[in-house]
This record gives sequence, structure tokens and C-alpha cells, in this order.
Amino acid sequence: MSRIEKRFAECKAAGRPALVTYVMAGDPDLATSQAIMEALPQAGSDIIEFGMPFSDPMADGVAIQLGGQRALAGGMTLRGVLDMVETFRRKDENTPIVLMGYYNPIYIFGVDNFIAAAKHAGVDGLIIVDLPPEEDDELCIPALKAGINFIRLTTPTTDDKRLPAVLKNTSGFVYYVSMTGVTGAVIKSRGAVGEAVDRIKSHTDLPVAVGFGIKTAEDAAEIGKHADGIVVGTVLVDAVAKTLVDGKATDKTVAAVRDLVADIYSGVKRARG
Amino acid sequence: MDTTGINSLRNGPDEEGRFGIYGGRFVAETLMPLVLDLEREYRAAKLDPAFKAELGDLSTHYAGRPSPLYFAKRLTDHLGGAKVWFKREELNHTGSHKINNCLGQILLAKRMGKTRVIAETGAGQHGVATATVCAKFDLPCTIFMGATDVERQMPNVLRMKMLGAEVRPVTAGAGTLKDAMNEALRDWVTNVETTYYLIGTAAGPHPYPEMVRDFQSVIGSEIKEQFQASEGQLPDAVVACVGGGSNAIGSFHAFLDDPSVALYGAEAGGHGIDTENGHAASMTGGRPGVLHGNRTYLLQDKDGQILEGHSISAGLDYPGVGPEHSFLHDSKRVTYAPITDAEALEAFQLCTRMEGIIPALESAHGLAQLMKVAPTMDKDQSIVLCLSGRGDKDVESVGKYLGLL
Repeated sequence: MSRIEKRFAECKAAGRPALVTYVMAGDPDLATSQAIMEALPQAGSDIIEFGMPFSDPMADGVAIQLGGQRALAGGMTLRGVLDMVETFRRKDENTPIVLMGYYNPIYIFGVDNFIAAAKHAGVDGLIIVDLPPEEDDELCIPALKAGINFIRLTTPTTDDKRLPAVLKNTSGFVYYVSMTGVTGAVIKSRGAVGEAVDRIKSHTDLPVAVGFGIKTAEDAAEIGKHADGIVVGTVLVDAVAKTLVDGKATDKTVAAVRDLVADIYSGVKRARG
Repeated sequence: MDTTGINSLRNGPDEEGRFGIYGGRFVAETLMPLVLDLEREYRAAKLDPAFKAELGDLSTHYAGRPSPLYFAKRLTDHLGGAKVWFKREELNHTGSHKINNCLGQILLAKRMGKTRVIAETGAGQHGVATATVCAKFDLPCTIFMGATDVERQMPNVLRMKMLGAEVRPVTAGAGTLKDAMNEALRDWVTNVETTYYLIGTAAGPHPYPEMVRDFQSVIGSEIKEQFQASEGQLPDAVVACVGGGSNAIGSFHAFLDDPSVALYGAEAGGHGIDTENGHAASMTGGRPGVLHGNRTYLLQDKDGQILEGHSISAGLDYPGVGPEHSFLHDSKRVTYAPITDAEALEAFQLCTRMEGIIPALESAHGLAQLMKVAPTMDKDQSIVLCLSGRGDKDVESVGKYLGLL
């Protein structure tokens, strides 16, 4: 059982959805970002999604775009992201880590090199926004062979006819994007999200996590009624941004993220009543 | 003549939308179903005589095709080599080749029942052509344009607005074409149910590179036909500028299997190819990567972060290129070479004074390449430039560069 599968099973046994937290690696600087990462599990994060910064994040809203720019300006690289995971793993062997980002930096790193390095660092899964199932030969298949979960995004436009193709090589969990839109936009209908989760569950035994647009403990409690996991990202990256002075981290930065995660975790805990 | 044989260079893309290793469909899942729909719809339209007839009628009576093939006598005498010909795409309605593609795609958008159109634009030529067809077909449209480009191509911004388009300046990055494309993709992901993304160049996820090429291939087919009628043979060389490369692939495609015809693509050399981040010559100065839905040559750093690049010409100021060009570059069928800002400005002035034609700065890059090649050719040979756009939009920018303002 992979770390991701184990964690979802634990949360299920505890009668609550898993809290998946996204932060941008290297935002706003390496040391602060490492401290944020290490504070997440204690604050209630079950799974860490770690953003790999990219110059052209086409599926992200402004908050995550800016987070990525700060990380890149601070000198973050894909090698740097992997080093941060390795450092984290020395202290925490249990929290699953999923790298999320875009394909080009991995392609330039070299797919085989990347998979070996990710495996060595202790990465559990990958979410690569611009690799749909049509491009599975690029990274998905090699990653699965190496025992790294490949987590796929499904969206409101992924209909029943297409779902099996999308789910075919998906592992770890399914990430349901709650809306057609970029990260950080507003969910128009929570009811529709529940229906969509049920629809996906009729096609797969994998846990289904919902993301894009979850901002508060209330959102988490509401969406968490149906979903096996809820993903928060934009609000956390925003929380980092709000504490910065002249673009630099302050003594409030790590605490702001930690407190927000703890608050959202309270919503996760009461999701199932 | 068989042009679709097994060794033909005109067979691409394959079913996965690949030209060799280039192309593909590297897009978010939200867009995939639509991209597949578009491909189905395009295949159906291609076989539909009514679609072909409507496009043909619009091309003739609305866009003004065929565009003339013009013998540039003074320039020929001045350069002292091959005979110089211009394919006058700048005489099309809206002032560039962009209308060829927009007419095709707006008919597709209508067939697909889309109620809103978005597009990215660099120089504004594609934005104007899109705003034009949207006015004609009564569809609301939003044009994404880098803030830097809004400033340097103001006449086109005004034209778009007068045509009823909403122009959204994009301030991210360097405020050029790459940033406009990112923002257009974000809008598309958000409004995918209603919105048709009318991509202006032969790049992006499959089927766009193929589709845009097909709509632009009329340029090369007409060159072939017109030159044959006038000179009784094939030209010896064809030249075009390459940003994303839609006018170039449109000019080249008919000649890919004619080895006697040399093909030249002029990339934006900016301040010079050795100036870091100072040019937009993705094939000469970049390497393969994945951006905006396709694998292609890209300007990028050692970590795979995309560079902004630079060109005096907003239409060429893009760190990537259409995937078929990447394939033709590797196969060496087309020679791609960088042209600096200074060389393009010189060609701009020469063309204006000697032929009485003010070219777009983009097309002036092609002319600068022609000015290097023509003198090395024999006097009985011929070289054709795709004069892809007119330079009205550039007179203010160029005036500033030349100190006339």
C-alpha cells in the first residue's frame, strides 16, 4: 500500500475526509517554505501537494501565479524542489507528498532522471496539469512503473464517456476540479460538486478529492460531506503573500499558513457530522 | 503529381497530432473534451462541400482572394540577383494573411454552436481579423493582448475596439504574445462551454497547428499557380517570416515536396542571437520543450522556465514556434535564420522607398532574409516573399525608432 493509499484509508477509518494542502515550493524563499512544509502535518494536513514553480502556469489563477513568480525569483528550481522533499522526509516518513505543476521543467530535467530523483527524495505522487491521458507515454506510464502515483484531474467537462479513459492510469486518488476555471475561482454550485463526486465514484474505487475554490472551514465541511478529500491551495498561497513585507517573509508568514490550515482542518473534522 | 507519398513531408500530423516528436495535445483535462470535439468538427467540415463553398465565397468576395503575385522590379535591380516577387497578402481585407484563418475558424465556431470568441494577438493583426469576422458573424469577442503590445500597436487596438471587440491588456510577464496566450487559455478553461478559442497561429494543441496551416495553405497554392501561369515553372525560393509561423507554413506547405524550391524562414533575431533573452529566434536559439499545448522549439533557461524573448516586431515576439516548423527545421527542409531588429528596419525602409509598399515589421524580417539570399542567386532565378502584412500599424513605432517623431 502506498503512503497515499494508506493515508486515505486512515482518514476513512477516522470518519472524515483527508485534508490535502497545496503550497508553492520555495515561496517566498527556501528556508521559509521548508518551515511551512514542516508545519503542515501538525496543523492538520494529511497530504502535502507541493507546487513546482513554472513561468507559465496556464491553469492557475493570480494567487498561485504570483506564488510561483516569488519562488522563481527566490531561485527555486526543480532540483531544489526535490531537495526540499528529501529534507522533509528525514523528519517525516508518513505524510504523503504529491508534486504538482507543469510538464516542461520535468521534460527538460529528463523524465528518467526526474523519476529516479523523485523516488529517491520520497515523492509519492505527481499531478501534471498539462499531461492529459492522451500523453500518458510521456511521464504517466514511466512514473507508474517506478511506483509513483499519477493523480489525474477530472473536471466538469469530463463526461461519463471520457471518464474511463481518464481513470485508466490514475492511481492514488482522483482529483476532481470543482469547476471549469483556474485555481482560486469561485464554486458556483456545491450541490453539483456532490453529484459529480458520486458520478466519479460509480466509475472507480479510488478516493476522490475535490479542489479548486475551497477557501474556508465551512467550504471544507460542506464539500467534505461527499468527497474523500478536500484540497486547499490558493488561500494558503494568499496567506503567504499577505504576510510579506517588501516581498520578504516575516515572523508571521509560517504562522499564518499554519493557523489557516488548522482552521480548515476544523471544518474537515466536522464534515461528516 | 503525388504529394502524399510515404516520404512526403506533407503527411503530418499523425493521429496524435505529432509532426515527428513535435506537436501533441498538452492541455489541461478541462480543455481536452473540447479539443477532441474541435478535431471531429474540423474533419467533418473538411469533407462538407457546403463548408468549402462558403469559405471559398468569403475568401473571394470578403477577403479579396486571390492576392496578387507582384514582380518587384526596382528591388530586383537593386539587389542584383534573383528576380524578386511579393505575394501580396497585405492587400487582403484587414491587411494581412490572418483573415484566411479567421474566416475558416469562425465558420467552425458557428458549426459548433459557440456563442463567444476569444483570441490572443501580438501585433494586433490577428486580433483585428478576429474582431472583423466576429462583427460580420455577430459574435461577441474578447481579444487578449500584452500591455507592451497594446502600446506599440495602438492603431490595431483602436481598430479592434471600433469593430466591437473587448481588448484585454495583459500585464503579466513582459506583456507580450506569450502572456496574452496564457491569459486566453485561462479564459478558455473558465468559459469552455460557450467559448471558441480562435488561435491565430499554427501552434497550440492539435488540431490547431494542422487546421491553421490548412486555412493558410491557400497562400502557397496560389503562389504555385500564379507563378506557373506567369513564368511556366516553379520559383527557386520562397521566403517568409516566422513568429508562430502561420504565414510561413501557409507559404511553404505547397512546396514541401518540391526539392528544387529552397524555403527560408526568418526568425526574430532581436538585438542579436548572442544577446541573452534579447531575441525571439526559438529554433536558432532555443531547444525543444512543451508549452501552450504543444512540444516545439522554445526559448527557455536550463531549468525549463520559459524566457520572454525580444523582438521589435510584436507579431514575432514569442518564445515558441509552430510544431511543424520545428519538424521542418530538424529535417532541414526549411532553412531558418535570425534577422535582427536593425536588419528588419533597414528592409522596412528599403521596401517602402523602392516599391512604395509599407510592409509590416514582421514581413520586413522576411524581406531582410530575402535581401541576403537574392544577391547570391542567378539573375534568371526567382525568389518569392510572402508579404504577410501591411505596415500601417507600425508607422508610429518605426517613426520613433528612426527619430522622425
